[in-house]
Amino acid sequence: MGGAGFQVGYAGAEMFVFLAACAVLLGDLFLPAERRGAVLHWGAIGACVLTAGIAWTGFGGGGFDGEPAIALNGFFVSSPFTALMKTAVMLSVGGSLLFSRRYLEGAGMLCGEYYALALTSSLGMLVMVSAAHLLPLYIGLELMSLSLYALIALDRDNLRASESAIKYFVLGALASGLFLYGASIIYGATGELGIAEIAARIISGGGEARAALGLGLVFMLAGVAFKIGAAPFHMWLPDVYQGAPAPVTLFIAAAPKIAAMVMMLRVLVEALGVLESDWRPMLIILAVASLAVGNITAIVQTNIKRMLAYSAIAHSGFIVLGVLAGDDAGVAAAVFYVIAYALMTVGGFGAVALLAGEGKERAELSDIKGLAANNGVAAAVLMVLMFSMAGIPPVVGFAAKLSVLQAVLAAGLPWLAVVAVLLSVVGAFYYLRVVKLMYFDLPEKGAVALPVLPRGAQASLAAVGALVLLLGIFPGKLLAACETAARLL
Amino acid sequence: MSAAPGLSHFLILAAALFVIGVAGIFVNRRNILVILMSVELMLLAVNMNFVAFSRFLNDIHGQVFVFFILTVAAAESAIGLAILVVAFRGRRSINIEDWKNLRG
Repeated sequence: MGGAGFQVGYAGAEMFVFLAACAVLLGDLFLPAERRGAVLHWGAIGACVLTAGIAWTGFGGGGFDGEPAIALNGFFVSSPFTALMKTAVMLSVGGSLLFSRRYLEGAGMLCGEYYALALTSSLGMLVMVSAAHLLPLYIGLELMSLSLYALIALDRDNLRASESAIKYFVLGALASGLFLYGASIIYGATGELGIAEIAARIISGGGEARAALGLGLVFMLAGVAFKIGAAPFHMWLPDVYQGAPAPVTLFIAAAPKIAAMVMMLRVLVEALGVLESDWRPMLIILAVASLAVGNITAIVQTNIKRMLAYSAIAHSGFIVLGVLAGDDAGVAAAVFYVIAYALMTVGGFGAVALLAGEGKERAELSDIKGLAANNGVAAAVLMVLMFSMAGIPPVVGFAAKLSVLQAVLAAGLPWLAVVAVLLSVVGAFYYLRVVKLMYFDLPEKGAVALPVLPRGAQASLAAVGALVLLLGIFPGKLLAACETAARLL
Repeated sequence: MSAAPGLSHFLILAAALFVIGVAGIFVNRRNILVILMSVELMLLAVNMNFVAFSRFLNDIHGQVFVFFILTVAAAESAIGLAILVVAFRGRRSINIEDWKNLRG
């Protein structure tokens, strides 16, 4: 690790996103009305891509190839892991914004606030990823969450959106409260707030405060599980995903999951890694419950957004499986899985947001009957994504599930791998049902056909589909990057 | 003269406040304002924990953390109330039982 001086250059990505959010707010005021939407849209996407580039190359210090370092007086960590996760976060944010314009225009939501809130939320995620201390971890978490609450409620006349915003707000605040209470107990037991310092103090201090540490662990884990959407802390997820406007659902579903997973790794593997024997059984319960609840409940859903919400719960079960293996291979598998998940989610909810059309919600499963006939590209991409989420080779979801299962086997839990595979088979049913509806069913009598997508939207969807296929066939590069990242948290 | 309150007194008080806050969210099924107050109570209980530990560990960092929690709590109530106003305008009610658009 490098020195612990101020070295503000390491935080280049965070500062850039912050400036971009300010620029969007100013642009919203001063740009002429007829060009405002397009400029803000492409400006925000450009800012996301640039930030990803800064995070990856480490403009001003750090980056994926840089030396791991602690900066900003011990509050900020820069390593290949943070570079990879920040790049993934910013690219998923950029992808989410890309797919949201059509809907936003139709709903009259194409305004500076949307992009400014999206960027401040991403700033929160970046801070979470870079946090080497519980204070920035908490501040980042709140910056992310508060922006998301406001983002959901942005569609003011939408009763469902405001209802789901309240639900998300109350349960999210509860989760932060649980996390903080756990943090205060850990602070009391160790006298430290830095992640590495907590770990060092637990090792040197022996087991005298073991009970207090266990209590703090339970509270922190509950808070983190809430944010990542693992059962039994998943109650908010289906309602929020269904109630929020489609582009906001897309946003919530992708990037924040990456940040939440980083938080889980920081708290469990890094700070409380010594207590692995304590948190592993809890994570096993979380993982099995998430896989079961997600995959089984998704079968009976009639709304695509709700179905994908339960699928997200099942995916978070797989991410937890990777984390609970606890070693480098497990962490690498979890990192790979969460990146693959973000990519699939951007594509899946992106297609839903595009097909929802101009400000209308068309997200019932019956709406996509016969989609292949008039929207060939969208149907093909959705098919690839469904195969990927189900874990069918050769798409990226298969490679991700495989690496997680290998890590679980290597950790000596073969029964857990068997349970995960069996529940994934159950899950394959509802993913394949979507494919059947699109390709083999005729639209219902009197149903209004979904709008044919414009060329640009088709092309961007096709790009996501191609990426999912490509990463599935050649996962080597990304896997190697994840392994490097896992070695150097 | 009784002894000065020890660490455990503060911790028990904070734990009680925290439990009241959590219970307020789950037991109260009618008024959203009460839920916002419960959230606030939870955060204040955490603050009391931090201050007590900070005092008894002779370490200033816990008290610095409290300032940040207070600030975030203020932002959180601002956003919570703003969402509440939006929801109220559409429905003319802040009673949770009237909100049945989403299952669960």
